[in-house]
Amino acid sequence: MARRTIKVDYLARVEGESAFKVVVRDGVIERAELSIFEPPRFFEALLRGRDFSEAPDITARICGICPVAYQMSSIHAIEAALGVSVSGPIRDLRRLLYCGEWIESHALHVYMLHAPDFLGYAGAIEMARDHGDAVRRGLRLKKAGNEILTLLGGREIHPINVRVGGFYRVPTRRELQPLAETLKWARDAALETVRWVAGFKFPDAEPDHELVALRHPDEYPLNEGRIVSSRGLDIAVDAYDQHFEETHLERSTALHSRLRGGGAYLVGPLARYSLNFPRLSPVAQDAAREAGLGPTCANPYRSIIVRAVEVLYACDEALRIIGAYEAPDRPAVVVEPRAGVGYAATEAPRGLLYHRYRLEADGTIADARIVPPTSQNQASIEADLAACVAGWLDVPDAVLRHRCEQTVRNYDPCISCSTHFLRLELDRG
Amino acid sequence: MAEAGRILVLGLGNPDRGDDAVGRAVAQALRGALPADVEVEECAGEATDILARLERVDTVLIIDACASGAPAGTAHRFEAGRAPLPQAAFGASTHGFGLHEAIELARALGQLPPRCVVYAIEGAAFETGAALSPVVAAAVAEVAGRIRAELAAATDRPGAGPCMKLR
Repeated sequence: MARRTIKVDYLARVEGESAFKVVVRDGVIERAELSIFEPPRFFEALLRGRDFSEAPDITARICGICPVAYQMSSIHAIEAALGVSVSGPIRDLRRLLYCGEWIESHALHVYMLHAPDFLGYAGAIEMARDHGDAVRRGLRLKKAGNEILTLLGGREIHPINVRVGGFYRVPTRRELQPLAETLKWARDAALETVRWVAGFKFPDAEPDHELVALRHPDEYPLNEGRIVSSRGLDIAVDAYDQHFEETHLERSTALHSRLRGGGAYLVGPLARYSLNFPRLSPVAQDAAREAGLGPTCANPYRSIIVRAVEVLYACDEALRIIGAYEAPDRPAVVVEPRAGVGYAATEAPRGLLYHRYRLEADGTIADARIVPPTSQNQASIEADLAACVAGWLDVPDAVLRHRCEQTVRNYDPCISCSTHFLRLELDRG
Repeated sequence: MAEAGRILVLGLGNPDRGDDAVGRAVAQALRGALPADVEVEECAGEATDILARLERVDTVLIIDACASGAPAGTAHRFEAGRAPLPQAAFGASTHGFGLHEAIELARALGQLPPRCVVYAIEGAAFETGAALSPVVAAAVAEVAGRIRAELAAATDRPGAGPCMKLR
């Protein structure tokens, strides 16, 4: 009996600590497991008993790469619980802030983490020796995203200027102008990025994942929309718990998400793009077509092109927002505590990020639930791992191991923020 | 291009992860205790952030926590301008894309400051929300003193650039 195990104990070039293991017996895949072993961080339990106003700053700490996503999902869920709706310039500024996070997060993944796989390097350092100009462009692009975060968020990581109802301080029109100059360069650089990655060689792969993303009537989704899927799901965000469930598996500190009655599904750039192509700006649509993409894309290797297209869109959208911006009279709308339950999902760079809060009458958080994108993708990543090994059984272990690593990196998993447990029970005697 | 003589002291770490914050503690101890032309900064330690801070710097002294197996509180000093940092001591970064990668990326791109010194202080515990362990906290003043002395030796001798002072 031939038994072969492909195992990587510490996966490089992903955010956080994870491992995977695929077991093949007599040419048949026995198991394909992605294990996540960062310590669970109990953020949901940490939120209980805190005032609602603390949630944006606490949840921003879940991830150093996508703090804006956590802030945005938390404030929108809490505003829903409080019956508050934010529109006009404050809504636009939130969208601008989110564009900054997409730019910096995607630029990091495209250039530093993902491109080396296609160009045959062990990592960004080795790649930089031969592709210095490309790496410099990637670093400068990422910095342009950081500049948005610094200006609107108060600092580059874990922004401190966001609050339920709006911001503590909003920029003047004049303060946004230097950013516009940076972003004009960034938009050109993003277009070059799309062209650069479009020239890579991509393996054929069309896994049949159900794609799940937000959809807004007339915007490419960031902060708002219904949850839709490639197989006809179309629900309001407050129906999320009725359609999706999480289960805990022994080998991982992250929870596995599945569609009730369905199964594994996929969130992130491929899902967003395939479910929202017509809502991309013309410049982003044109670049996608030029790069050989159709209105949908299911090949996870080509996600590097989709991320580049989304960086281009984010730069373009940021410039549109800055061009139309007039500072609001007040930096935030007034919010009053009340009892209620609020739901929100926003599009983190890695996909749908769902938050639910139940508030007491005085604004204390009674209960919080957070479902990050990577735990939603875990089952689909494992299915891809199994398919990858099944398709490459005849290659040496070292080659197969690298193929598997690349398969995982296709999804830009943010392991750090996907770790949490369902429940913490405290016996205080 | 590097500005003539621009000097940066950079403390790295997560302020909420126990001894991981020791680099920041050294930077804080040095604030106000160095010549006015020496800039003191702190950051979390993400590679591209460090890389951006190294731009236009001529001399950089970086302080970080490490876990190489030496006794806690031990301070190592590396001339990172001459050779890569030993991976074993710096491979423990949460995101796997930290100081080592920043320095090597800068070197590959030809952007490494002419003088790049790393002080790495051996940590004992990296628990969420913990303070520095006493033995690591005790190393803060020692390393701050060594950095003050090193910078004084570099700037007190007229006619020689900072790169000339390496031992």
